[in-house]
Amino acid sequence: MKHIISIILENESGALSRVAGLFSARAYNIESLTVAPTDDPSLSRMTIVTSGTDEIIEQINKQLNKLIDVVKLIDFTGHVHVARELMLIKVHATGEERDEVKRLADIFRGNVIDVTDTTYTIEITGNSEKIDAFVESLSSITIHEMVRSGLIGISRGEKALI
Amino acid sequence: MELTGAEIIIESLKAEGVEFVFGYPGGAVLHIYDAFDKQEAVQHILVRHEQGATHAADGYARATGKPGVVLVTSGPGATNAVTGIATAYMDSVPMVVITGQVPKPLIGNDAFQEVDSVGITRPVVKHNFLIKDVRDVAMTFKKAFYIATTGRPGPVVIDIPKDITAEKTDFSYPAEIKMRSYNPTVKGHIGQIKRAVDVILSAERPMIYTGGGVILGNASEQLRSFTRGLGYPITNTLMGLGAYPASDKQFTGMLGMHGTYESNMAMHNCDVLIAIGARFDDRVTGNLEKFCHDATIIHIDVDPASISKNVKVDIPIVGEVAQVLEDMNKALEKAEKKPNALALGKWWAQINEWRSQDCLKYDRDSELIKPQYVIEQLHEVTGGKAIVTCDVGQHQMWAAQYYGFDEPRRWINSGGLGTMGFGMPAAMGVQFAFPDETVVCITGESSIQMCIQELGTCRQYGLPIKIICLNNRYMGMVRQWQEFFYEKRYAMSYMESLPDFVALAKSYGHTGMLVDKPADVRGALEQALANKNELVFMDFITDQTENVYPMIPAGAGLNEMILV
Repeated sequence: MKHIISIILENESGALSRVAGLFSARAYNIESLTVAPTDDPSLSRMTIVTSGTDEIIEQINKQLNKLIDVVKLIDFTGHVHVARELMLIKVHATGEERDEVKRLADIFRGNVIDVTDTTYTIEITGNSEKIDAFVESLSSITIHEMVRSGLIGISRGEKALI
Repeated sequence: MELTGAEIIIESLKAEGVEFVFGYPGGAVLHIYDAFDKQEAVQHILVRHEQGATHAADGYARATGKPGVVLVTSGPGATNAVTGIATAYMDSVPMVVITGQVPKPLIGNDAFQEVDSVGITRPVVKHNFLIKDVRDVAMTFKKAFYIATTGRPGPVVIDIPKDITAEKTDFSYPAEIKMRSYNPTVKGHIGQIKRAVDVILSAERPMIYTGGGVILGNASEQLRSFTRGLGYPITNTLMGLGAYPASDKQFTGMLGMHGTYESNMAMHNCDVLIAIGARFDDRVTGNLEKFCHDATIIHIDVDPASISKNVKVDIPIVGEVAQVLEDMNKALEKAEKKPNALALGKWWAQINEWRSQDCLKYDRDSELIKPQYVIEQLHEVTGGKAIVTCDVGQHQMWAAQYYGFDEPRRWINSGGLGTMGFGMPAAMGVQFAFPDETVVCITGESSIQMCIQELGTCRQYGLPIKIICLNNRYMGMVRQWQEFFYEKRYAMSYMESLPDFVALAKSYGHTGMLVDKPADVRGALEQALANKNELVFMDFITDQTENVYPMIPAGAGLNEMILV
């Protein structure tokens, strides 16, 4: 099962490699990983999407907590939360395709953020399923390239990780 | 007061009460060595190879409970130290390792003797630091010692670029440290302790299984009260020997791959398993599918990640073992329920029946020296009071099975990583800590050669270590597996071209003895151990075909042992 783990860690050089090293050393999966400083510049917030049996997920949580740089973490599974991903996608857009791509982008509430004679670059945010669905809707269109940010998440309501 | 980075390192070590630093100089640490030369509070011990430094610091830490300290240079200095760091990591030994680094402006340039020490050591340390500013030196040392010695202990590496050791800044050593990201649990959850006590007192076939955590956590006294109060059988892991006296009748011997028949059978058949400071290592559990399937499992450990890692636990208690056992002993005193005497009587009758197998018997009439006999005689001659370090292999198992440790911190061996070459340098660290104690290194002719160069260090500092080399001209444990599982094809396990160990010892200025007859074993040991001033290298020529029994083959359950 997929789990979204959100981690507050010291914004120290090497903190990222400690987390990444832990996952590779213990043969855990990483589907996506994203990290950036928070409003407190001494802290970073990392979101990891991983999967595994309940036992493996329990170990992942414990092993992450054991890292000296990790201040706090939450596994969003079982907690109400919102999660979003950002995608930038560059597609071929000439002739009739041009209108079709624009219409699809509108339906998915995406924005065209760069235009050339032959391409559109669209930004789109949403949960991972929405992003997947958008990519699927473009199946008849040539995709030049795409980049996804990986998922980030936050608890609903007043609850905060730190 | 303005000091250089190098001087701050020395002052920090003094503030931490460090007596000895085991190390080897090199370009990147010359400023630090220069600072060492200007003071006398911290003694630097010069080893012959960086691996020796780490094992010596490790042995010192295991024997004293204080952190061992190592100083090595950049590049090969750091890489040579890695085996010793990993050894300490696997056995949770508190250690602080200072590695020199090339000057800051050269980092990342593939400079001479540059290696990414923080990167290389990351998977085998509790934590590591690269110091980038001389103003951070004191605080980094404070954090390093704090992290190394608290919670589940472990090695911490501090990588320090050469230019920083020359720069100056104001020095004051922090009196206290608090880290928002690191707060190990000390006290166990009282509700969990009560639940556990209830289950413990309801047991019909209980078993206490304790590991290195009891030794590291100085919980031996509390464990003894706990075990004696209940009257339950107890087994120790390889790392946990000495936590409970081997000579006590409640002790069933070591468990696991080469554990006693009675310990493993009691584990397999128990209905309540009380695991304390142990981590359900694969050499202990055997086949996990078959492990203690009828038992309610209680697990006390300071490291939450050790709980339910390999074996699903029913009642976890996270906390320092000494503290938890103390709370548990109080709860047991107050409890109305008492251990079930009738059921316990039957259980002990069963265990004694298993005991009557006498699984550690061996041929006492052999014309060849039996390694088990040497260990038994060593126990007698030393009164069981020596501090014994060990290498890795058959001799390690025999030492664990036959020496009989009654006190903690007297059995020092590489359990988790299984590092050949550990024994002699570890013995050096122990002898520095306890100059008046008898320190014995039990080794084999293969293991001893992995750090043989440290005979030079022993000579330089006059360390009167007694080396018991069980020389069977084979990498014995490899040979045993080849005999059992590879149809006796002894690929590469024969040690050819052995040195004359007696002559070798003598060439370093030590005493050497060759013993090749069973009748000479006792006298030779007495003679060697009476020599309080010299290192004596005792080369015992033992039976080449002797195997370690009992044995649980890989993949088998604890009840599927090969007996003699």
